[in-house]
Amino acid sequence: MSVHTLRIDEKDVSARAGQTILEAASENGISIPTLCHLEGLSNVGACRLCLVEVAVVGGGTRLAAACVTAAAEEMVIQTDTDRLREYRKMIVELLFAERNHVCSVCVANNHCELQEMAVSQGVDHVRYDYLEPRCDVDLSHPRFGLDHNRCILCTRCVRACDEVEGAHTWDVSGRGTLSRVVTDLNAPWGASETCTSCGKCVMACPTGALFHQSSTVSEMIHERTRLSFLVDAREKKQWHA
Amino acid sequence: MATRIVIDPVTRIEGHAKITIQLGDDGKVVEARFHVAEFRGFERFCVGRPLWEMAAITARVCGICPVSHLLASAKAGDHILSVTPPPAALKLRRLMNLAQIVQSHALSFFHLSAPDLILGFDSEPSRRNVFGLMATDRELARGGIRLRQFGQEIIERLGGKKVHPDWSVPGGVREPLTEAGRDAIRAWIPEVKATVLDALGRFKGLLDRHRDEAECFGDFPSLFLGLVGDDGTWEHHDGPIRVVDAKGIIVADRLDPQRYMNYIGEATQPDSYLKFPYYKPMGYPEGIYRVGPLARLNLCDRMPTELAERERREFRDRFGTASSSFLYHHARLIEILAGVEGIAEAVEDPEVLSNHIRARAGINRLEGVGVSEAPRGTLFHHYNVDEDGRMLRVNLIIATGQNGLAMNRTVRQIADRYIDGPTIPEGVLNRLEAGIRAFDPCLSCSTHAVGLMPMVVRLIDADGRLLDEVRRG
Repeated sequence: MSVHTLRIDEKDVSARAGQTILEAASENGISIPTLCHLEGLSNVGACRLCLVEVAVVGGGTRLAAACVTAAAEEMVIQTDTDRLREYRKMIVELLFAERNHVCSVCVANNHCELQEMAVSQGVDHVRYDYLEPRCDVDLSHPRFGLDHNRCILCTRCVRACDEVEGAHTWDVSGRGTLSRVVTDLNAPWGASETCTSCGKCVMACPTGALFHQSSTVSEMIHERTRLSFLVDAREKKQWHA
Repeated sequence: MATRIVIDPVTRIEGHAKITIQLGDDGKVVEARFHVAEFRGFERFCVGRPLWEMAAITARVCGICPVSHLLASAKAGDHILSVTPPPAALKLRRLMNLAQIVQSHALSFFHLSAPDLILGFDSEPSRRNVFGLMATDRELARGGIRLRQFGQEIIERLGGKKVHPDWSVPGGVREPLTEAGRDAIRAWIPEVKATVLDALGRFKGLLDRHRDEAECFGDFPSLFLGLVGDDGTWEHHDGPIRVVDAKGIIVADRLDPQRYMNYIGEATQPDSYLKFPYYKPMGYPEGIYRVGPLARLNLCDRMPTELAERERREFRDRFGTASSSFLYHHARLIEILAGVEGIAEAVEDPEVLSNHIRARAGINRLEGVGVSEAPRGTLFHHYNVDEDGRMLRVNLIIATGQNGLAMNRTVRQIADRYIDGPTIPEGVLNRLEAGIRAFDPCLSCSTHAVGLMPMVVRLIDADGRLLDEVRRG
């Protein structure tokens, strides 16, 4: 197995061929913020929070999403610069501005990765105008609910359903700010013929967009590690305690 | 020359409001009004949300009485689920409501109104506040602050936080009371009971000094409305509705709160964001009624606890069916005593430690009404949902709104009594505000009228000529 040697934050690290910068950093105890990434699912680079600066020949750096950029020989990477901190903060603010995230009355309040990210990135207010879109709440499924107001389009639900459950009930419709996660061909969730009601999408959701029916405010706790448990059990025959 | 006096903002109340007084050429009061100058809009923006979130969303109506909304909303939810919460859940809800009444009444009396009552309506304005009270009577101020802390601590021990707990939900409550919590509450009782008994004694001693104010602070005949126990006992959370008249004669009894719309109408005024509820059989505005501590004391047959009942009897012997809104203060103190005694009894019930506190069900009805007694009076939450449990319609009838007509009359009465000519002493302006404070209004709770309000906009030039006029409603 070939191994690359590279520098992350002034530290020499090694990465196996095919590993991403995010994986190499993680194995070496270097933490990079992520939101759309979830252990057990493929990476899509949707949220851009894992942006890092990669030095380019001749001087300067380029920005790369650590979750979808392969580690390479002699790469020199910075994960925590003023520029990155500013961009990450901006990204989180834009996520808040794009939908109606009202933490205080959200089912995922205090158990939300977006909320935690805002705190960790120092977001104390949002500098952009809120779009305040009109978004629906789909409560047609007997066990689960979908609130588009809280969705950040990370597509974890789409990947969990496709890659772990194999049903591919979820997908994304529309473009830009009009994009919405949908079940089947934009049918109400309760009318979906492909949904197995397994709940893996709900486990994966980072926010209060997907929740168990009858969840009250701050009561929805997602079991996000269950997905990597299932994947490791299936593919590696490893059952983590 | 005609003069207009505006008090804006009214201070030491919860929310934003102003008072306007119009004087005629002879310097006499032509009109006096109380305007609520803020707007919230919960009835509109809750539409589309899941029923399950409503208790916590509507709790955000208010930072002083979130528990009242939490409980009324959860009760509306119980009805939509068609469930009766487990007995322990009902007992715990009642315990939290008593704590809420104690802490809110303590805030109203000690922090907001005691400066007027103890220091005097004409005392130096810069010291006529809770800090001035601390300087004058440290122990009274401290006792009041501790009394509020007692109520808030119970709310925190049950709901996880003092303000906006997400604790009461359709079907019951989320967390039980722990033994440690029960013991901590128990330890408070002797101190807070002594505080409220001391305050009651002092207030009764002050009544002669404030006789003038008592006669004009909203002293008029009106109906009184509130919850009452099945046997006529003072009630704050369950039970039917009773209406009594100014003489204390029962006008209507055992009214089903679910059918409030049969007997309560709502009117709107062009100059206020308040809705003005009235007793339907008597029409608007003749159906004016008051809610809150004074109403609850006037309409019940007895208090549920010994010391509070003794105080109620004394109150009744002295004032009959009390008509002066100044006596809201007195009634409030008696209710704090009832609250403290009720809490002391509740924590001795082993069932409050039960873990069986939540009934689970889906949407079984498409409409529900939840009613509870907020510190300020009877609170109604009326919801319509679709079959998935999304809110289709929200109607909130807030205690302060129900006292809106009475507050207007109070302002007018005080203005008539004290204003004679354009020179108005500061102490008189303070009395106008204090007349409002007696009701302990919570304005941010009460301003939800949307799209209903008749409104007139007039464009007038510098010479007073009318250039344009737009009317709605």
